[in-house]
Amino acid sequence: MQNAILAAFLGGIACSTVGVFVVLLHMPFIGVAMSHAAFAGALLGLWLGFDPLIGAFVFSLGAAAVIGPLADRGEISPETSLGIVFSLTLGLAFLFIGLMPTTRSAALDLLWGSILTVGRSDVILLAIVALVIVGLVILFFKEVQAVVFNRNIALAVGLPATFILYAVLFLTGTTVTVSLRSIGGLLIFSLILNPAAAAYQLTYNMKKMFLLSAILGILSGWIGLFFSYIFDLPSGATIVDTSSVIFLLAIVFSPKRRVIPWRTKRIAGKR
Amino acid sequence: MENPIIHIENAVVSYRDEVALGGVSLDISAGEFVGIIGPNGAGKTTLLTLVNGLGKLSKGSVTVLGKQVTGSNRHELRKQVGYVAQVEIIDKRMPISVREVVMLGRYGILGLFHRPGKLDWAIVDETLEMVGMTYLANRPIGHLSGGEQQRVSIARCLAQEPKIFLLDEPTASLDWKAQTEILEMVKRLHDERHLTTLFVTHNLDALPHTCDRVVLMKDGLIIADGTPDKLISTESLSRLFNIPELVVEERRPHVHRKEL
Repeated sequence: MQNAILAAFLGGIACSTVGVFVVLLHMPFIGVAMSHAAFAGALLGLWLGFDPLIGAFVFSLGAAAVIGPLADRGEISPETSLGIVFSLTLGLAFLFIGLMPTTRSAALDLLWGSILTVGRSDVILLAIVALVIVGLVILFFKEVQAVVFNRNIALAVGLPATFILYAVLFLTGTTVTVSLRSIGGLLIFSLILNPAAAAYQLTYNMKKMFLLSAILGILSGWIGLFFSYIFDLPSGATIVDTSSVIFLLAIVFSPKRRVIPWRTKRIAGKR
Repeated sequence: MENPIIHIENAVVSYRDEVALGGVSLDISAGEFVGIIGPNGAGKTTLLTLVNGLGKLSKGSVTVLGKQVTGSNRHELRKQVGYVAQVEIIDKRMPISVREVVMLGRYGILGLFHRPGKLDWAIVDETLEMVGMTYLANRPIGHLSGGEQQRVSIARCLAQEPKIFLLDEPTASLDWKAQTEILEMVKRLHDERHLTTLFVTHNLDALPHTCDRVVLMKDGLIIADGTPDKLISTESLSRLFNIPELVVEERRPHVHRKEL
């Protein structure tokens, strides 16, 4: 259980921090495409008998290498390229499941995740990735801020915006890979998107958005884990459902839905 | 022209089968205010993006501030070239304030691992003052009107402390009041800061009447280059926009007719 609590804490931080990029770049399907690519890669590992994490890592990086140039050059819309990567990797995943000669329970574990059975090595890996992601955001906050606001402006002021975009895709792939065992390939997308989308509703400050997203990610993990333990429910699904409820609450209580007082005052003043 | 600040020689830019620039040469001296006019698809924006290295040459060469623009030096070059694009739709919920957007202009010159200091924030506040946006400094950028957002874009460019100022249809989609205010401000800032300014537009109303020089573009080529008095004539506009001279006379803004 100690490992599960730590995994929920670290996975919550890593996924929700990456989620801020995904939300602000308006590319929510990056998470879907990446998680399915990682899932397909892990299944290939299971089928061929090598470490599923290696397969997941290679496949998610492969997906990033395809999505990056397509999104960057604008030859195909990002949504279309992500859709193609998503359908291809989903097809591959089911192909590998079909080709597996023996039991498929390990494959299903990767699909749904099993945070209650994660080992110490998974937790250490999650800790390293969470630390690297948070460290990079702190170190390169101004570059990240410029790129997620407007990539063309970032380029025009002399920042290596394309490199930063590829770094974001790489980080997303790595986060998905290390969270695969605990959260699961099908569900991880929600944990990337929901806390960040909830934080987006709550603040006009990007630093606060990163912080809020991480807090909501951790809360999703811990509350989900608690309910999963109490009611004997599938842990990955409970965590994701909790993050969805948090998002709905954020929408309801969002200060951004209220009338903007300063604008109203200005309009009234002009009359 | 001796030692031009921008030297474009036989520039060809093509996107697959489509030729955006078909061999353009242009020299611009330091301190000039040049208006680049032409219909949609004339290659104006492409020409502008060659100056800050955002556009990719298929043939020819571009030299800016004494250095030939290459893949390896374009990031450095962009730090000295301010760029204002057309009004873009900004998400109203985007978590970034007006003051922070202006600070983006300094990020390139600050370099990696350097955070903005007191001096940088003072420069940001000064440029916001220059464009009359101090009272909105802490507002979310997405809450501003199109005209206000363009003022902020100009402040961002000025915060960059550029030597060259590129404006790509900065007044497109703005109302007449916002348009005239932005144009007056651009001219004032050009003079005060001793900038070299390239102002692209397809709209004659949006052409600052105080341009030193006008370049007319059509089908990826420069078809005329000279003073506004000489070039903004019924005959040249008829040729530029493929409209009979009589129709040009009827449609031209009164302000231009009076001047000529």
